[in-house]
Amino acid sequence: MISKKEVEKIAKLARLELTEQETEKMQKDLSEILDYFDLLKSAPKPKANYSNIPRNNGIANLNATRTDEVLPRNAGTVDRLMAGFPDKKDGYIKVKAVL
Amino acid sequence: MNLTNLTIKQAHQGLKNGDFTSVDLTKAYLEKIKKSDLNTFITVAEELALQQAEEADKKIKTGDFGMLCGIPCAIKDNILIKDIKCTAASKILENYVAPYDATVIARLKAEGAVFLGKANLDDSAMGASGETSVFGATKNPHDKTRVPGGTSSGSVAAVTAGESIYALGSDTGGSIRQPASFCGIVGFSPTYGAVSRYGLVAHASSLDQIGPIAKNVEDCKIVFEAISGKDKMDATSVDYKFEELKINLEGLKIGVPKEYFAKGLEPEVEKIIRNAIKKAESAGAKIIEISLPSTEYALACYYIIGPSEISANLARLDGIKYGLSEKGRDLLDVYLKSKGHGFGTEIKRRIMLGTYSLSSGYYDAYYKKAQEVRQLVRQDFSKAFEKVDLLFCPVSPFPAFKLGEKLDDPLLMYLADIYTIPLKLAGLPGLSMPAGKTEAGLPVGLQIIGNHFEENKILAIAQEMEKKLT
Repeated sequence: MISKKEVEKIAKLARLELTEQETEKMQKDLSEILDYFDLLKSAPKPKANYSNIPRNNGIANLNATRTDEVLPRNAGTVDRLMAGFPDKKDGYIKVKAVL
Repeated sequence: MNLTNLTIKQAHQGLKNGDFTSVDLTKAYLEKIKKSDLNTFITVAEELALQQAEEADKKIKTGDFGMLCGIPCAIKDNILIKDIKCTAASKILENYVAPYDATVIARLKAEGAVFLGKANLDDSAMGASGETSVFGATKNPHDKTRVPGGTSSGSVAAVTAGESIYALGSDTGGSIRQPASFCGIVGFSPTYGAVSRYGLVAHASSLDQIGPIAKNVEDCKIVFEAISGKDKMDATSVDYKFEELKINLEGLKIGVPKEYFAKGLEPEVEKIIRNAIKKAESAGAKIIEISLPSTEYALACYYIIGPSEISANLARLDGIKYGLSEKGRDLLDVYLKSKGHGFGTEIKRRIMLGTYSLSSGYYDAYYKKAQEVRQLVRQDFSKAFEKVDLLFCPVSPFPAFKLGEKLDDPLLMYLADIYTIPLKLAGLPGLSMPAGKTEAGLPVGLQIIGNHFEENKILAIAQEMEKKLT
């Protein structure tokens, strides 16, 4: 069983505010699910190293890089993106002080 | 003439003959949606739809128009249509207006498509029942006390109930195929990379695919052809051109994975699937029992990899750039409150699971181990496809369950996707098509799985099976 303290630590890492009730339910649910994951311990090791296997559509895992160029965009896209900002000033996103 | 039970091809023919206009067609569907009590749509885009229908009618008059021109469709509400709300059925994006078109939407617009609106789904496309939407559960058109399946619940229920001719959905672990099975229509999840995901609200990026939902296989093929192919905006999309394949069941090697018929599969479902396989055999197919030994690990593997990617992808929803933004004392407080209030229960659970799996001290035991197991699952499938052309198996171990039945037990809900998940871990295409009904009248889907980029083989054989099963 995962401890309440651990649930709180993970929630903090994930930047999630959980209520007391949510923390309790999370503790129970996560414990059950993590127990189920124990099944994987009995799985054999694959032959190939997983870091250099092909992509999951069978295509070789090559780095796909693109040239650093400005791509044309619809004129209104910037305005539309800015319209979604919760708080803004002079065309910038306004945020709370970090420190 | 009933305009709300047409296939794409029938509607196209009607438009061509001048039997009705796209505006007539669109109005008939909008009317049907208004009368519906299934909760299939989150946003009905009446104004946009009628405007697109008028445009389509102009194009139709010239005589030069494609199969999808003027045909009304539903779009899952996690795919962006410019200037239309895209909520992902979540609180955090409840008021989010799409700033641009997803690539699939741009492609359908170029074909002259008509978008009726945005279809309901499970909150943030996480679930298996269509019940967790903040806009309320969608109901199964065959039995309103049951779930339609999820997460493309609204898309599938709308097509089933004649509220749309076809729909787009997205499939991460089974979200197109499982509801298609529960509602008795056709749903297709293409190979990873066959369709661009640009403009799809991200869930788990190594698994997400957009795919078509329709009344029959041919309609799925028409839509798939229109939306597939390389897109500069999605680096995982590949150069792909759909080419029709003329094959039939004669001499076809069909693999039947024995692990998909093990404990947990309801006998009535098994009987229907075995019967479909028998029909393929009678038509000349060779049935080969195969083994995918890593199947038992697939679900656990998926629920580590999926949530890990979710925890990274959903970090962007922080109350700063768009979406729900709660006031806070400082920056951290804004994050905590916006995420805490904006994410639903299942989303939080997955973010927590992912964060745990990726955190220092647990990474090797969970995330790394899951990646290794994913490799085993892939090897199983690639060995199988050395011996067989396609795999036939069930989509889900059971038919549509009752609303509320599994809502409080996450692990039980996860099991609904046990046969749809493994192929996603391997990036393979899979299709669900109606294979029969239980005694209670609930549809059961047959799943056809193919090798990478062999969509044409799946679709050709599914069309053959359609003739045998109806």
